[in-house]
Amino acid sequence: MGEVRSLMAPLWMYLALGAFLFATGVVGVVSRRNPIVIFMCIELMLNSVNLTFLSLARFAPWLPVAHELEPKAWMGGPAAVIFVMAVAAAEVAVGLGIIMAIFRLRDEVDVDEMNLLRG
Amino acid sequence: MPDSQAGIRPAGARSGKVAAGMMDFLQQLHPAWLALIRVLLFVVPLLLVVPGLIWWERRLLAWMQDRIGPNRVATITWPKDARWVPPFLRGKKTRLFGLLQPIADGIKLFLKEDITPAAIDRAVYFVAPAIALFPAFALGGTLPWAPPEGVYGLLTPIADVNIGVLYLMAVSSLGAYGIILSGYASNNKYSLLGGLRASAQLISYELAMGMSIAAVVLATGSLKMTDMIKAQTEPLWGVAPLFDNWNVLTPMGFVAAVVFLICMVAETNRAPFDLPEAENELIAGYHTEYSSMKFASFFMGEYAAMFVFSGVFATLFLGGPNMVPVDWVALGQTVPALEGFGRHMASVNYWASPLTFVGKCAFGITLFIWMRATLPRLRYDQLMALGWRSLLPLAVANFLIVALYLLCTDLYGAGGGWIAVGAAFALLAAFFASLARAGRGRREALPRREIRLVDPAKPKEGAAL
Amino acid sequence: MEGIWGAGVAQLAPTQVGGPMLLFAVLAAVAVASGVGVVAFNSPVRSALCLIANFLSLALLYFTLGAEMLGIIQVVVYTGAIMVLFLFVLMLLNLAAPGALRESRDLRRLGAGALAAALFVLVVVQAVLPLQEAASPQAADYYGTPMALGRALFTEYVWPFELASVLLLVGIVGSILLAKRRV
Repeated sequence: MGEVRSLMAPLWMYLALGAFLFATGVVGVVSRRNPIVIFMCIELMLNSVNLTFLSLARFAPWLPVAHELEPKAWMGGPAAVIFVMAVAAAEVAVGLGIIMAIFRLRDEVDVDEMNLLRG
Repeated sequence: MPDSQAGIRPAGARSGKVAAGMMDFLQQLHPAWLALIRVLLFVVPLLLVVPGLIWWERRLLAWMQDRIGPNRVATITWPKDARWVPPFLRGKKTRLFGLLQPIADGIKLFLKEDITPAAIDRAVYFVAPAIALFPAFALGGTLPWAPPEGVYGLLTPIADVNIGVLYLMAVSSLGAYGIILSGYASNNKYSLLGGLRASAQLISYELAMGMSIAAVVLATGSLKMTDMIKAQTEPLWGVAPLFDNWNVLTPMGFVAAVVFLICMVAETNRAPFDLPEAENELIAGYHTEYSSMKFASFFMGEYAAMFVFSGVFATLFLGGPNMVPVDWVALGQTVPALEGFGRHMASVNYWASPLTFVGKCAFGITLFIWMRATLPRLRYDQLMALGWRSLLPLAVANFLIVALYLLCTDLYGAGGGWIAVGAAFALLAAFFASLARAGRGRREALPRREIRLVDPAKPKEGAAL
Repeated sequence: MEGIWGAGVAQLAPTQVGGPMLLFAVLAAVAVASGVGVVAFNSPVRSALCLIANFLSLALLYFTLGAEMLGIIQVVVYTGAIMVLFLFVLMLLNLAAPGALRESRDLRRLGAGALAAALFVLVVVQAVLPLQEAASPQAADYYGTPMALGRALFTEYVWPFELASVLLLVGIVGSILLAKRRV
């Protein structure tokens, strides 16, 4: 895939896009009341972090690798993306289960009303 | 890979002048034009073959149900007294075996009244059929319909990327959206339920499909589909030099092929897994509220997906574009008298490979139709139980056995690998048999009620059971 | 920020308007528009559809970066599974009706916007501006192939990999327990 190298934009563009998406996600998490939409904004933030990890992995100078068969790249970036995806998947499954359980109990979903633990 | 043992050596490609000319022409084209040619070579035949599939399904289904099927459309009755008709045809009928029936169906669907329900979500409603149609055609992005050498190597697959098979999984998981969104946008309880059920079925069977593909990937050592074709030209079982190692002929590959076949039928919502679109269950499920061309696009998408999935099945398990699992070149080398024959057959194998591939796809379609004619529809809970409790453990166990085989082959050679596989099979069979026996024992421990027959003539003695 | 970059930062390459930049501009525009759409739409189903578009554009951006394995995993996992789950829950709970939850336009939105803007400015000033000169990719071209990723996951990052699989198992068991009705 030698031509792929030429399809890239400079690093700062990817980072700026990631930062913007993260900020957009923050707006959503803070201001929305529907918990599923809050979840979706959290996923948006996680994805912006993934983009940042990958673009930095592409442009970062690599540390000496252990084995000559390993690629000369900072593989912590792609590995971190895999782990973020795994965590996001588990979190979505459990979180949506919690929301369904709450909905079954109270027949409404509005995070402003979920204040039973308020001291 | 040694050149002499490839059964799909493009012997014809290097010797023919036409082939060399075509190679030169294709190689000097801009890559974008070449990519466009590759896309057209895949999409246009697929579009043309869908009416043929519809015809074949209706005829074959009819024959299996002891009736004839549509054979009347476009039976031309030549007029007796027109001058433009040649004399030997006047008054005769030319039967076209109903081949134009799908055209008639298409015209009918085109001209039907387009009913749009009232309180729908307009944007999603109109975009859902397109989303349903897109994955059927996009599935073929990494599917090679000919050996990746010589002239055909430039024409197929559309994109020979490192992630070949995973692209298929990605696109088939996008196919769930057309169903969910069309069910949701119809503003109809039954459509919504049908859509949710269908997509739950899709994502459940995707897992077992992925695990069976993973077993093939593990055996091949690469995700590229062209590498899978090449790996299936190795000697059979690692030892038999004259035969090709088609994955369906190996024991673990056979199990994976069966699992993939069942999942393939479930992924395309075909009988016996067609509860979500069954007419007597949920009216028409998620495409109830779609009429005329929008329904036609769902219909077309389903048939195109059937064809492409059959192609995937052929590539992964049936050796792809090769005709028979015989290594012609090795045959020519082992038996010197047959050397010319071997080389000739290798060349025929190469040049006829698109036809072979289409033939294998047609075989897959025939399997689809056969299953529809034979098997009754599965109830929803039976469907989910089959996917999660039978196919997924089977596919995962198969995957582990393939891993075990590869490990033992690396450590102890080919014989050790097969001994380990046999031991693993025996162990798993014993385990599942003991589970089955325990389940049966538990069921028999339920108390059985006695039935006492009471003679109505005799007076009653007490409370009858 | 020079510590981790060392001598790896290349000279500034002039930003040309060409094919790659156009591609990035289109994908970034789709990502930004759909990201804003996730937050802005009142109907949760529209937000979910915007998020799907966002994930797909991000997957294409990963392809431009050369990380094809992660791009396709993004499509399979995020778009193909997680978003289907979201749509399921939205439709089953019938929260799709736009009038179901009145999202009030009050001070909270302004506060959130201000916070996000401050965060964005902070990140750009601290992290993006110093890295403006990094224009030549350092990673080997095959860092995005399945082999490279698999090797990294099974040698250097095998502990987090195993812990992630335990986490997924916990997630499966937890979500089944939460969704099960008391029989």
